[in-house]
Amino acid sequence: MRADFLDRHSRLDSPIHRLPAGVKLIAAVTLATAAVAIPRSQALWLAVLSAPPLIVAAVSRVPWKFLAGRMLLLEPLVIAMAALLLLQPDGGRAFLFLLARTSLCLFTMILLAGTTPFDDLLQVLRKLRVPALLVTTLALMYRYLFVLIDESQRMKRARMSRTFVNRRTRSWRVSATIIGLLFLRASERAERIYDAMCARGWR
Amino acid sequence: MHIPDGFLDAKTAAATGALAIAGLGAALRQARLRLPARRVPLLGLSAAFVFAAQMINFPVVGGTSGHLIGGVLTAALLGPGAAVIVISAVLIVQAFLFADGGITALGGNVFNMALIGAVGGWAVYHLLSLAIKGLPGRLLAALLAGWTGTVLASIACAGELATSGTIDAASVFPTMIGVHMVIGIGEGLITALALAAIARVRPELLGLSGHEFPVAPVPSQPSAPTCPPNAFRRAVAREPVGSLVVFGLLISLGLAWFVAPFACPWPDGLEKVAETLGFGQKEAEHRAVPAPAPDYKMPGIRSEGVAASVAGTAGTILVFGLAWGLAGVLVHKSTRRRPPSDPPRENPL
Repeated sequence: MRADFLDRHSRLDSPIHRLPAGVKLIAAVTLATAAVAIPRSQALWLAVLSAPPLIVAAVSRVPWKFLAGRMLLLEPLVIAMAALLLLQPDGGRAFLFLLARTSLCLFTMILLAGTTPFDDLLQVLRKLRVPALLVTTLALMYRYLFVLIDESQRMKRARMSRTFVNRRTRSWRVSATIIGLLFLRASERAERIYDAMCARGWR
Repeated sequence: MHIPDGFLDAKTAAATGALAIAGLGAALRQARLRLPARRVPLLGLSAAFVFAAQMINFPVVGGTSGHLIGGVLTAALLGPGAAVIVISAVLIVQAFLFADGGITALGGNVFNMALIGAVGGWAVYHLLSLAIKGLPGRLLAALLAGWTGTVLASIACAGELATSGTIDAASVFPTMIGVHMVIGIGEGLITALALAAIARVRPELLGLSGHEFPVAPVPSQPSAPTCPPNAFRRAVAREPVGSLVVFGLLISLGLAWFVAPFACPWPDGLEKVAETLGFGQKEAEHRAVPAPAPDYKMPGIRSEGVAASVAGTAGTILVFGLAWGLAGVLVHKSTRRRPPSDPPRENPL
């Protein structure tokens, strides 16, 4: 599996990893909501709120490199959207405040994902009476996400090893064809999965 | 277009959350009632497919690259109801697993991309492919629908950011919509190209018979399609009118609430003519029935933006109710189709 970098640290062992998933989920959502509710005049509260996630990150032994890398991956999107604030008068302070607030929420959510296996989160959703069809869809999506990413990379590698042309129009058509075939393979896989699910007594 | 945490204020987050839950709930209910059990894994696999497809990069000018969003592609293949579930699942996983898109903004993201982007784009796709038959029609429809879906979603997104007071309407609307008018071209092209690739192998997935094709379908498929031609589409893509009505209502409510207050304040054509010719005053004096909400502002509400939002929402509900009632009177009872009962589940043993 080549795409395991997406979800690598959620199964480490630490006091934080051993906490029930529901507790961590509620804590993260509460923290994000509180951060969103802080008005611009009370910006110092952000510093207070950022203490718990930093402590949790230290205790959980998720590598700092991973956390920082994920932040760096997502920050450009946030900055691009927040940069619109710089266009309006006295937007500089608002820009910095928004950036700080969003980064805090971002860090919290990355930490939640890094300390909680997704299956445990799904169990919590099931307990919260989220419709079973949605939970099943999410579970299957998580299970086959990595399989399909691998499959698309295999298709791309096979194609690249057979062609020398690298014009833009051509590469668009090739990539779109890969997407189309990926869907067909996914739908055929879904058929096989259904048979397998029935063989194991689903429903 | 994923809105991060902190960009939506509490009231906008709550309103979009309610709209998203209503839309996703309607789609899930419909799927539970009508989707055959055999198709349930397809939803999860399609969601994984959209995620994987979003990781395939398309080179754009000079070093930059873009990727597929996939709402219209999913809706064209599976139908709008299934697309709402699939795109919502993608957004939920992106928010929880990769912190891409905020947790408090999840409702807004689901509303923008699953409801407005996918269902709105699908409406364009569906109408155009009814108008122009055959594969060229489908591809042209996909091209335009991909663009429309992306731009519509960006309009809603800009409206939410402006309603929240995060960014001024004057800067967020032109930038957001301008950027997505360019991104939409790529989305439309990729959607059309991907559908063309699918049509070459399995034309029945697009509701086309194989004969319309100049290219023969690929003959050797070891894991041959296990369902007869068209069964796939029959099972997934035919959309009951009921859920379409719910989606349409939710989309118009959202647009009335988030976008209508920022509509252009200049007088429209008729008002301009009336001003020029000087019969505007006269018209006001001779009004037969006093308007309940003059100039789309609800009386008794102080804030101008909220007044326009409330008036817009109330108007939407009113017009919707009238249209629904009229349709009930005008459509003859016998022409209404009864929903077919669920096909019995096949026993694999």
